[in-house]
Amino acid sequence: MGVMKRVSTIFRAKANKALDKYEDPRETLDYSYQTQLELLQKVRRGVADVATSRKRVELQMNQLQQSSDKLDRQARDALAAGREDLAREALTRKAGVQTQLTDLQGQYANLQGEEEKLTAASQRLQAKVDAFRVRKETIKATYTAAEAQTRINEVFTGISEEMSDVGLAIQRAEDKTEQMKARAGAIDELMASGALSDALGGAPHDDIQAELDRMGAGSGVDAELARMKSELAGSSAPKQIAGSPGPGDAVPQSGPSFSKEQSGSGEA
Amino acid sequence: MIIRIMGEGQLLVDDANVDALNKLDASLEAAVEKHDEAAFAAALQALLAKAREVGTALPADALEPSGLILPREGATLDEVRDLLGDGGLIPG
Repeated sequence: MGVMKRVSTIFRAKANKALDKYEDPRETLDYSYQTQLELLQKVRRGVADVATSRKRVELQMNQLQQSSDKLDRQARDALAAGREDLAREALTRKAGVQTQLTDLQGQYANLQGEEEKLTAASQRLQAKVDAFRVRKETIKATYTAAEAQTRINEVFTGISEEMSDVGLAIQRAEDKTEQMKARAGAIDELMASGALSDALGGAPHDDIQAELDRMGAGSGVDAELARMKSELAGSSAPKQIAGSPGPGDAVPQSGPSFSKEQSGSGEA
Repeated sequence: MIIRIMGEGQLLVDDANVDALNKLDASLEAAVEKHDEAAFAAALQALLAKAREVGTALPADALEPSGLILPREGATLDEVRDLLGDGGLIPG
């Protein structure tokens, strides 16, 4: 016997076992209907869980993308300031963030597929449960217990097969969302621990940014020092300033020193 | 004959096409028995493709049991072995 036939036989045996539980087969219908409604609830919860998981991954992907963009900017700033070592560090971190991002993108697609499948399963089950309710009432109203038996068998076996199939799909989806929660939790932890937090916008201790800021502040100090020096030099010996149109003229004196400060901070 | 692709729903397949499905199913079974993961994946893919090709979807509100049931797309060898085991895997 082939695989297809064996699976079908196993599903049928399971349905028959459930049918044998009740003296009056009509009771089986009511019991089964309750189980169907419960399963329907479970599928809907499953769809919602997968969607929640997918949204969490989406949020993390956005955060990681922001980190990656920021590290890229920092690498450029560092390079512009002649700090290749700092640029290299920023790019190394960016590569790490990108690896996480690629992983999450794969998981995101996976969850999206799972969500679509479960939604379709939920719709199929809903259609069958509705049909079952109608058939159940007809059978109960029309037939005696003895007469109902054969009519019930087929309907029951049909819906039971669907329920087994959907039940397995839900189990799989639950397993996947559990795995996803664990991985998303691990990434959150990484971010919280600081391994990724340096790269995140608004992180309290961004050492690359701190270094860049320090360099920026440093060049600002240098520029100010230069300006003060030239001011002092200007007041004691105004003729030393190049391009000065006239001795003792205060306005053009501050002009060149101001533009020097501007170009100094622009390089940082 | 009504067949089910797990995770997808039921199809109506003309009896004349069932032989072709059974042939593909024989390869699938051989792969399961040999525990040949690659052959299994290929055989399952071929079987699913053929079933979809020759089958027409049954209405969603149909309440009929299937004569043949195919594992879901992407099912692993272990998953199918479990399915064929004692049926303990099937919930509900």
